[in-house]
Amino acid sequence: MSHGQDLNRRDFIKISSLFLAGSAAMSTQIGRTISGGGNALADDGRERVVHSFCEHCFWRCGIAAHVRDGKIYKITGSEHHPLSNGRLCPRGTGGIGQIYDPDRLAHPLIREKKGGKTTYRKASWDEAITYTAEKLYKIKEAYGPQAIAMLHHGYGYTFFKEMFKSFGVNKFAKPSYDFCCGPRHQGYMFTYGHSAGTPEGVDIQNSKYILFFGTHYGENMHNTAVQEIAEGIRRGLKIAVFDPRFSTLAGKAEKWLPIKAGTDIAMMQALMNVLITENLYDKQFVAENTIGFDELRAEVAQMTPEKAAEITDIPADDIREIARNFARYAPAAAVHPGRRTQWYADGTQRVRAIAILNALVGNYKMPGGVVKYEKYKMPKGEPHHYPEFEKEVWSKYPLFTDIKPENTMASHEVMQQTMDGVIKAWFVYGVNVPETITLGRRKTIEAINKVDFLVAVDTLPMEVTGYADVVLPECTYLERYDDLDLGRPYRTPFVALRQPVVEPMFDSKPGNQIARMLADKLGVHALEDDVETYLDKRLKKAGSSLAEVKKTGVLLAEPTDLYRKPGETLTFKTPSGKIELASSKMREAGFDAVPKYTKQPDAPEGFYRVLTGRKPMLTFGRTANNRFLNELPTARENEIWINPQAAEKHQLSHGEYVHLKNQAGIVSEFPIKVKVTERIRQDAVYMVHGYGHYFKKLKWAYRKGASHNQLISDTEVDESIGAVGFQNNFVTFIKEA
Amino acid sequence: MAKQKNYGMVIDTRVCVGCSACVYACKSENSVPEGYCRDWVVQETNGTYPRLSMENRSERCQHCEKAPCVTYCPTGASHYAEDGTVQVNRSRCTGCKACLAACPYDARYVHPEGYVDKCSLCKHRIDQGLETACVSVCPTKSLNLVDFSDPDHEALALMNGKEVYRQKEHAGTRPSLYWISARNKPGV
Repeated sequence: MSHGQDLNRRDFIKISSLFLAGSAAMSTQIGRTISGGGNALADDGRERVVHSFCEHCFWRCGIAAHVRDGKIYKITGSEHHPLSNGRLCPRGTGGIGQIYDPDRLAHPLIREKKGGKTTYRKASWDEAITYTAEKLYKIKEAYGPQAIAMLHHGYGYTFFKEMFKSFGVNKFAKPSYDFCCGPRHQGYMFTYGHSAGTPEGVDIQNSKYILFFGTHYGENMHNTAVQEIAEGIRRGLKIAVFDPRFSTLAGKAEKWLPIKAGTDIAMMQALMNVLITENLYDKQFVAENTIGFDELRAEVAQMTPEKAAEITDIPADDIREIARNFARYAPAAAVHPGRRTQWYADGTQRVRAIAILNALVGNYKMPGGVVKYEKYKMPKGEPHHYPEFEKEVWSKYPLFTDIKPENTMASHEVMQQTMDGVIKAWFVYGVNVPETITLGRRKTIEAINKVDFLVAVDTLPMEVTGYADVVLPECTYLERYDDLDLGRPYRTPFVALRQPVVEPMFDSKPGNQIARMLADKLGVHALEDDVETYLDKRLKKAGSSLAEVKKTGVLLAEPTDLYRKPGETLTFKTPSGKIELASSKMREAGFDAVPKYTKQPDAPEGFYRVLTGRKPMLTFGRTANNRFLNELPTARENEIWINPQAAEKHQLSHGEYVHLKNQAGIVSEFPIKVKVTERIRQDAVYMVHGYGHYFKKLKWAYRKGASHNQLISDTEVDESIGAVGFQNNFVTFIKEA
Repeated sequence: MAKQKNYGMVIDTRVCVGCSACVYACKSENSVPEGYCRDWVVQETNGTYPRLSMENRSERCQHCEKAPCVTYCPTGASHYAEDGTVQVNRSRCTGCKACLAACPYDARYVHPEGYVDKCSLCKHRIDQGLETACVSVCPTKSLNLVDFSDPDHEALALMNGKEVYRQKEHAGTRPSLYWISARNKPGV
C-alpha cells in the first residue's frame, strides 16, 4: 500500500480478523440479523421500543429503536423528539447496519513488535487500560500535560473530556471545527453575538424566499431542516441556489445560478451593492440595530453587478433580480448560513457576508427570517474542580473560539504541534483522522508517524485504528448511555437522553465506563460511580428523573416565542451591542472589518477544481462500512461528476473508471466511476467525500470509489479563527490502461 | 356498514429530495432480503446546462385497479385485497414470473425463497390503522397514504389545483399512485 511514506515507527497494521466481531461464532448470527430473518437470542414474543438519539451525524435526531427477539430490527424517527418529529433520514434508519456490522472491533488490542513484525494482540480490558494509563501518565510526567491531545468527533467524547481535564489535560480538537462549524459559528458571533445554530436559525417553513450558497440540503439529510424546507415549499417558499453544481436543492429552486466556485463573496457584495444603491435595504432597522454601515457601503460600492458578473459568471441582470426578490420578500426572506463553510481561507468572512445580507433586509426575529432558537434552560451540573490549566485556549489564532469547550485548538494545530515535537500522545475518539479533511491524508499520516503514543476509541477498525498503539472498542450508540444532549436550540427547547437499547455486544464497552476505568487508573476523580446515577442527578435538578425521561427520550420545554414585538429594542452580545456590519473584533485582531473578495487561483490547464458533498444515505466515517446503507447501488461508491464538454475533451465516457491525479501529482489509490452530467459547470468536478477506504478490514467500504482526502495537498488557513480551506485542489484524469 | 376502503398514495414530488429513507424503512419493516427492495428512488433530470429541471420520485407497486399481474397470474396468488391493494399470496405463488413480465412498473422481484414479492402497501400496518413504513419515515412528507373511498381524506386536497399525473395510464392499469409533478410552482 502506498498511503504513507517511510512508515517505520508507526507501520499501519492490518488488524487480524481474529479480533473482529465477524470471526467469532457471531458471524452467522449477524448475517441473519441484517437480512432480518434471524432468531438468535431469547424470544420474549413482544416488541419493545426504546427512545434515544441518533449518532450517525451531529444533528442528533430522536430515534425509536424497535426490538424484537432481543434484536433491533428497525429504527424510526422518535415522535417525541422535536428534531425528528416522528421522521428520520436514511442514515438514522441504518443504525442496524452499524450495531450488527460483522467488522466491529470486538476486543481491546495492543500493538506489539515481535521478531521485527508489528502486530496487534488481543488484550483484556484491565491490561489495555493499565497500559494506556501508564503511558499517558509517563508522557505527562516527562513532557507536561500539553504533550497530550484528544481529537474527537461525536457525542460520546464528553466523559473522556472530563477524565482528561481532571488529569490536567485540556488540549481538545474536533476536526469539524476546521472546515465546518468554526467559521459558521465565529462569523455569526462576530456579527450577531450568537451562533448560526443547529438547526440553523432560519425560520424556513414560514419563509417566502431563501437564498442558498452551495448548501446541499436533501443530499445532506439534516432531518429537521429538510422537513422545514419541504413544509416551506408546500406553503409557497421560493428558493434560489448559487452552486457550481445542480444540487438536489437546486432542483427545488425557482432559480439555479451556476456560480463560478470561489467567488461567493463577490456575489454577496454585489447583492449588498444592489440593496444599497437601489435603496432596497431596511433603513430603519440598519440605523437602529447595526454599526458599520458606511464602511460596508464604501467597500461594496465597487462591486457593481457588472463587475460581479465578470467574476462569478452570473449575468448582472440575474444578480439584480435576486437582490430585488430578496428585498421584496423580506422580512420573510433569508440567506441561509449553510454548513461546511470553510472552502478557502476566507470562510469566516464569507459567513459574515451572509449574516450581513440578512441584517440589511431587517429580517432579524421576523417570521420567515433569521431567528434565534433557544436551548433548554437546564440547571447547571455539579461544579467540578479541575487542576489549573496552563491555558484555557491553546490555539494561536487570535479569533479562535473561546466558548466551545470541546475545542481548545484547531486539529491542524495538533498536527503541527505533533510535527514540532510538542504533542507526544494522541487520544482519538470516534474520528478517522487520516480520512477527515484538515490537512489531507498525507500530512495527517506524517503527523501520526511522529506520535509516541496513540490510542483510538472506536466501534470499527477505521484507518486510524491501524496506526494506534492501543485500540479500545467502544460499543455503539445503541448499546450505551451518553451524556444528556443539551446542545440543540430549536423551536421547542429540549433535553435528550441517549440510552442503551440492547446490551453491549462482544467485549466492547460504553465510553463512560472506559473513561471511568482510565480515570481510576490515573488516580483522578472525574466521573460518578455509574452513569445512571449521574444522569438521574442531573435530570432531578431539572425536576424530572432518569426513569421519567427514559420513557420518551426527551424532556421538553414550552415552544419559545421567536419573533420580535413591534417597537421592541434588540440587543446583541457583540462588543457594540449592535449587529456589526463592520466587525470590531475582526478589526482589532488586524483583519478586514467588512468582508472582502479575494480571487482564488484558477485550475491549471487540463485540471478541474474538486468540489465535494455527500450522499443522503451516508455520513462519511460513521456509515462507510454500513452494509445496510451500502446496499443501494446509489450508495455503494462515489462518482466523479463532469460536464459533457469537459468529458469530451478528456475522452471520458459515462460509467467508465478512471484514476484521479491532483496538481501535486497524487494519484487516487483506487479508480472512480465517471458520471457525465449536465449538472455541473465545465471548470469543476464533484465527488462525494468519505469513499475510497484503504483499510481492508472495512470489508464493505474497502476500495469503493476514490478518497477525496487523499487528493487534498494544498490547504489554506483562515488566519483569524484557524479554520482550514481545501478547495484549491484540482484533478485531472488517468484513463485505465 | 363501513364503506369499502380503497388505498393508494399521493406522492408530492415537489418536496421529495430522493434521500431513500423510504427504501431503508421498507427494508427493515418488511425484512426485505439483502440485494432487493420493494420501493426505490428515481432522480430524473431534464434539460441542458444551465437550464435543468429535476424530479425525485419514490416508486413502488402502483396497486392498480386493473392490475396485469393479477390478470396474468396463473395460480391466483396475485390478487386484489378488499382494501383496494394488490397482494401476493406466497403459498399459492410458484415463482413463474408471469407477473414480472406483465407489470408495466417493474415493481416485483423473485424472493430468494422462491415466491414473488413486492410492496404490500404495508398491509399488516394499514390493517391496524397505521401508515406504511415509507410514509411514516418520509422526512419531507412527500409520501401520503390515501383512502380514496373517503372524499374528505386530507391528502386528496393536496392535489387540488396542481398538475397531477399517473404513470403509464395508457396501459389501462388505473394505478392507485398519484404524482404531484415537480413542475408545479411552490405553494400552488
